[in-house]
Order: sequence, then C-alpha cells, then structure tokens
Amino acid sequence: MTTLTGTGKLVRLILRRDRLLMLWIPFVALVPISYVASINEIYPTAAARQQYADASMNSAGFVALYGRPFGSGLGELVAWRAGFLPLIVGLFSLLTVIRHTRTEEEAGRRELLGATVVGRHSGLAAALTVASGANLVLALLMGAALAGQGLPVAGSLALGVGCAAAGWVFAAVGGLTAQLTEGAGGARGIAVVALGAAYVLRIAGDLAGQGEGVLSWLSPISWVLRIHPYGEGSLWVLALAAGLTAVLAVAAVALSARRDVGAGLLPARLGPATAAPGLRTPLSLAWRLHRSLLAGWMAGFAVLGVVLGGLADSIGDLVHDNQMQDILARMGGKGGLIDAYLAGIMGLFGLIAAGYAIQATLRLRSEESALRAEPLLATSVGRLRWAGSHIAFSVLGPVAVLAAAGLAAGLTHGLNTGDVGRQVPRVLAGALVQLPAVWVLAAIAIALSGLLPRLAPAAWVALAACLFFGLVGPVAQLGQGLMDVSPFTHIPKAPGGAVSATPLVWLVLIAAAIAATGLAGLRRRDIPTL
Amino acid sequence: MTEAIRAEGLVKAFGRTRALDGLDLTVRTGEVHGFLGPNGAGKSTTIRVLLGLVRADAGTARLLGGDPWRDATALHRRLAYVPGDVTLWPNLSGGEVIDLLGRLRGGLDKRRRADLLERFDLDPRKKGRAYSKGNRQKVALVAALASDVELLILDEPTSGLDPLMEEAFREVIGEDRGNGRTVLLSSHILAEVEALCDRVTIIREGRTVETGTLAELRHLTRVSIQAELAGPADGLAALPGVHDLQAQDGRVRFDVETGALGAALRHLTDAGVRGLTSQPPTLEELFLRHYDRTGTPGEKHAEVSR
Repeated sequence: MTTLTGTGKLVRLILRRDRLLMLWIPFVALVPISYVASINEIYPTAAARQQYADASMNSAGFVALYGRPFGSGLGELVAWRAGFLPLIVGLFSLLTVIRHTRTEEEAGRRELLGATVVGRHSGLAAALTVASGANLVLALLMGAALAGQGLPVAGSLALGVGCAAAGWVFAAVGGLTAQLTEGAGGARGIAVVALGAAYVLRIAGDLAGQGEGVLSWLSPISWVLRIHPYGEGSLWVLALAAGLTAVLAVAAVALSARRDVGAGLLPARLGPATAAPGLRTPLSLAWRLHRSLLAGWMAGFAVLGVVLGGLADSIGDLVHDNQMQDILARMGGKGGLIDAYLAGIMGLFGLIAAGYAIQATLRLRSEESALRAEPLLATSVGRLRWAGSHIAFSVLGPVAVLAAAGLAAGLTHGLNTGDVGRQVPRVLAGALVQLPAVWVLAAIAIALSGLLPRLAPAAWVALAACLFFGLVGPVAQLGQGLMDVSPFTHIPKAPGGAVSATPLVWLVLIAAAIAATGLAGLRRRDIPTL
Repeated sequence: MTEAIRAEGLVKAFGRTRALDGLDLTVRTGEVHGFLGPNGAGKSTTIRVLLGLVRADAGTARLLGGDPWRDATALHRRLAYVPGDVTLWPNLSGGEVIDLLGRLRGGLDKRRRADLLERFDLDPRKKGRAYSKGNRQKVALVAALASDVELLILDEPTSGLDPLMEEAFREVIGEDRGNGRTVLLSSHILAEVEALCDRVTIIREGRTVETGTLAELRHLTRVSIQAELAGPADGLAALPGVHDLQAQDGRVRFDVETGALGAALRHLTDAGVRGLTSQPPTLEELFLRHYDRTGTPGEKHAEVSR
C-alpha cells in the first residue's frame, strides 16, 4: 500500500491544524440534551406528547424541518427533533474533507507534501479518516449524553450513529467532489448542492407519503429516522449508509488515481479576455468579489424564511394544556402568540444577518492581508474609496439578506393564513427593524479593521457575545444592565410590539461613530499591515 | 523637473526592527534606476513609502514633484506599480485584472496590451486562481507596461519568470527607455540590473551604501588579473592594493584595486608577460563585497592588505 504511505502523519497534521474547529463535534453532539429538557418541561405527560406528535405530524412546516415522528415516546420525540442534525453533520463533514484535500491542493501545499514520503492517496485517506473518526466520536458522545439523561442506552447510541452515518456519507461526497474541480470553491459548491438535494428529497418524501415516503429513502439525511432509534431499531439501515460511503470513497480514490496533482476532472472554466466596460471602479470590483457570498446568504435566508414562516400558523395549535392556554390568552390569543413567535424569529434572523455583515466587512481585511489591496491602492483609488466599496456590502448587504427572509416568511405565513396583504409588510418590517443592530456589529468589524487590523477577527467575539445575551441571557436571567450591552436588546419586538424610532436612531448614530473612528484609523496606518 | 524620485533620510521602524534607517534614493527623470539589495534590506518598504502606503517615521520623500502620502491618488494616475508578490482575485480573469488596473490608472494602450500579451505568451482568459506564480507576475507586468504612465515602479518584477520571459522583459524595458519613461527597478538579480540600468542604488539593512552609474561603482572595486609569466614575479604580493594572490608554475592570479592597476601591470611586464586576461568586476562581486557580513568594504581592505 505505498499509495497510502504517510497517512498517519497527515492525520496528525490535520488534527493539529483543526483542533479548534473540531469543537463542532461536542457542540452538535450535546444539542439533543436540550431537546430532552424542553420536551420534558412542556409535554410532561404521555397524553401531551401524543398530542404534540399528532400536531407535528400534520404540520407541513415541522415535517419539512425535522421529518415525521415515528412515535410519541420521549426518546422518539428527541430523535425526531434531531432530524435536522444530519444536515449539519453532513455539512461539517464534507467541508472538513474538502478543506484538507482540494483546498490544500489549490494552495500548493499538497505539492509541498507530495514531494516528501507521502503516498498518492494519503491526503484523501487522511482527510476521510479524520472526518470518519470525528463522526464516530460524535456518535459516542451523543449516545453517552442522551443515556446520561436517562434514555435507553441502545436507542441513544443508535441515534448518535444515525447522525454520524450522514457525516460518513457526506465526507465521502466531499472526497469525491474534491476530485472534480480545480478550485475548492467549486468542489464545495457541488457537494453542498448534493447535500441540499438530499434534504429536498427528504422533505418531498416526508410531505408526500404518509409514513414511509419512498423518496425519503433515497436521502441519506432521512436514514437516521429510518433506523427508528428508541423504537424497533432497524440497524440494517446503517449497512446502507456504510455501503454508500464505501462506494463513494472508492470512486473518489479511482478518480484521484486518474488525474494529476492540481488538476480537476472537470475543465477549469475560462473567463473573458477583456473586462466588461463596467469594471472600472472599486465598487464594480467589490460587486464581483461579494456577489456570490451575498446571493448565497439571500438564498439561505429565503429558505429559512419559508420554513420558519410556514411554521408560524401551526404554533398556536401546539398549545394544549390549560396552563399554556392561560399564558396564551395573556399574550393576546393565538394571534399574539404567532406575533411573538415571528418577532422571535426575526430577532434570530437579525443575529445571523450580523454574521453576514461581519463576514462581508472582513473581506476588507482579507483583501489587505492577501496583498490584493496594495496594487489597487497604488492606482488612483484612495483608501476611503477602496474601503467604501466593501463597506457598501456590509451596510446594504444585510438589507437585502433580511428583506429576503422577511419577504419569504411574510409571504409563506400570509399564504397559510390567506392574509398576504397584511402579513407581508408586518413581517418584512420585523426583519428590517433589526438593521441598526446589525450595522453596529458591522461597524465594530470596520473599526477593528481600521484601528487594530491584526485583531479584526475579534468582531466575531462581539457577535458571539450578542448571541449569548440574546439566547442565553433571558434564560439565565442576566441583569438588564448587562443585557443592554448588546445592540439587539434595544431592537423593538416586531411584528406585534410597539416600534419606537428613538433606539433605532441611536443605534444608527452609534454605528456611524464607530465606523468613522475605524476609517480614520485606516487613513493613517500602514497598508498592508500583516 | 529632472528628478522623478527623491528620498532623503527615510526611517521606518516596524516594532523593534528598523526596516529603513536613513535611506537615500534619487531617480532622475527618464532613467532606468536599479535598486539593489538582498531580501529584507528594505527595498519593498522604500517602495511602499514612495507609494504612500506606508508612512515614514522620519525623512522626506518627493515623487513626481508631489508628496507621496498627501497627494497619493493624484500621483498614482501617473505611475504603475508591480508588487513583488503578485496575488490576483481568484474569480477574475487575467484580462479583466489588466483592464481594471489600467482603467484605475491613467488609461490603457490597447495595441500595446495585445502586443505584450503575445510577447509574454500569456492567456488572458484564465481565472486568477488558475495562474502559476510566473503567470500572475506577467498579468501585473502587462497591466503596468501597457498603462499610459510616466513612471514604472517594479518590485522584483522577474521573480518567477523563466529565462525566456526574463529576456522578453528586458527587451520591453529597453524599448521603454527610448520613450522617456522613468523606471525604478528593484532586484536582486544582478545581470538584469547590469543589462538594463543607467544608475544603481545599493542598499543594505535600510541604508544606502552606494549609488551611481555602473562605471562609477566599478571605480570602487577591483579588477581580476590572470597572467602567464616568463619569470618569477617576486614582490607582487607586497605591492599595495593587490589581494588574494595565487602563484603556481608561472601562472599568477590576483585581484587589484583600480588605483593600483598600473603599478601591478608594470611589475608583471618586468617579469615578462606571456598571456594576460583581465576581468572587470561583475555586479555579483560588488554585491558580495557590500553584503559580506564580516564588515564594511573598507575594513576588509585593511585586513587583507596587512
């Protein structure tokens, strides 16, 4: 097996490089614990769970998001809620494999290693080994965590292994697509499309068929539920996953053997020999650099908007016991509950959109550190004009992204309730009202890029703090003084709540002041600062 | 205006390292000026100061009659810059980058663009991520050379080019010299500077150590002599200015300082010369002497003469 020489060393290299990224494993593995807690709390009795399962079975939104519950036991409901996890596990797995195969090759590091005592297939083998091992750890962790919550050990392990199986399949998909294109971006794109297709198949199958949708069987994402963890435990489904993984991995190795290092099986597409007349300003360049990122975010937000907006109308049906009915009445009946749900969703969209704003802003910094800013700034383009071309996307990009989510959610909810004319503007406003807080986060990224460029990624820490305050704060009952640090605390709850302009104006002014400080720093400092 | 670039006493510190330590550089309008120094000598930092990307801690710099920091955008319309480390946008084709950079400067000569693409054998349709290092360098070079500008600032422009393309580059710069363009060419490839440059500035550790025409610089240096003699050349080693003498079977080989050349040759003729070859110092030798870490050229002379 000389083609695999050095695989062990490469595995250690990957583990060393990814030791922080690997934190996704415990994070995802421990998520189902929260399901146990929340289901126990809200649906303490078998009857309540039965109602919950029945209602969920009949809600298109829930079926789309998680699949169909196979029973109403605590374990079965937890397994059903975990139906979304294979998507996440699959995504992380394929990204890991491509990151350590095609990305390495594209950067030329594969060549550096290839000239040492490392076999032809060692890189691919090492990446697949790490991804598979990571998923095994995830399976064991998840199983142990759920067993620790008092659920049956066998079922808990079956659920963990079911999630990991999706990881194994899509790690192999990543290994395969990494052989196809010269660029890692293209390989990621094809693999993510495959993952998306599997998800759509599962949704279509689950929505169409009562019980066992035939289409669903074609989707590896659905197999975790087909195993029936905590139920009959059809472990033979795992053989299906293992078989598919093996076939894909063998195909990846076969393709890898047929090509040269650096080359892809699909020919690299050529670009135009001359620039279009419009490509003559920093802004037109920024559009070329940002458009696919922006389109990806808009599409993702639109899908999320459709799914979460589609759930809104069924929220009211989930409340059955008397205690909850009382709370419901105090919130203004079913309409009030739905509004509260929609406002909560919009708050979540705001927080996620801040992630886009930070990502777009940090392009400014990555252009600088990749030395692509320098040749531009040596032309007649001034620093502020250059920075402004990227900041246009950190300011206007979130508008487009949130509008996509708001429109999609409003339209879906409006169609469900037959009230499109009223719901679309209400929900859209709820999405757009998040903007001032999003801009504050973008401004923090601008300020860091201008004043402390080496610390620019710390903008993510600011977002993590906002996420913490927004999601954990209310549960942990943090003091209002602490909560007020997050700009999102000051955003009015809409639809449903009273919208006052004062906090919004303040947030915009604060964002402008922070951004201006950063730009002043950018004008003074050395470029590039590496 | 007779000087395109004048920098005096530039100082720049990055943290504790002093990248520039009182550097002087003067480039006359219309000349091709070689800017020589080993890696880390401060060439790129000097260029970034001249481009207004980096602000010097002390010293003055004038570029095309303006202040490179304050008047950066106006001055940049009149110059083109090729960085030492060219990175391109992965999703833009080479042709798009050439056009974009040209448009952001003073404009682009379309005929020259086509001509340069052909001479550098560059496919402009490839995407940035698909180019090799040498081809990325060519994209930046075509963009700069086809731009309608009066000053070219080239930071190690041929790194990554194969010898054939280096030759093409020399031809193009040679032609440009006739058009009155000023070129600042930083390099550590000495043959390139020797072939192209009117004047040279040599820097070391952020300081200018020599500047002048190649002829002027050679004055400072030694000539290598190899001779076949009829008789013994006793006393040659004792002559002032003669270094590294090797004598064997009537052949001698030594280096001599230019000022002591006459005396040394007389000594040889007295012994009877059968054959003689002399070689002017190559820039390599100049370079090695200046960057010999054991000390400055003067000290070394003294030590060897003793």
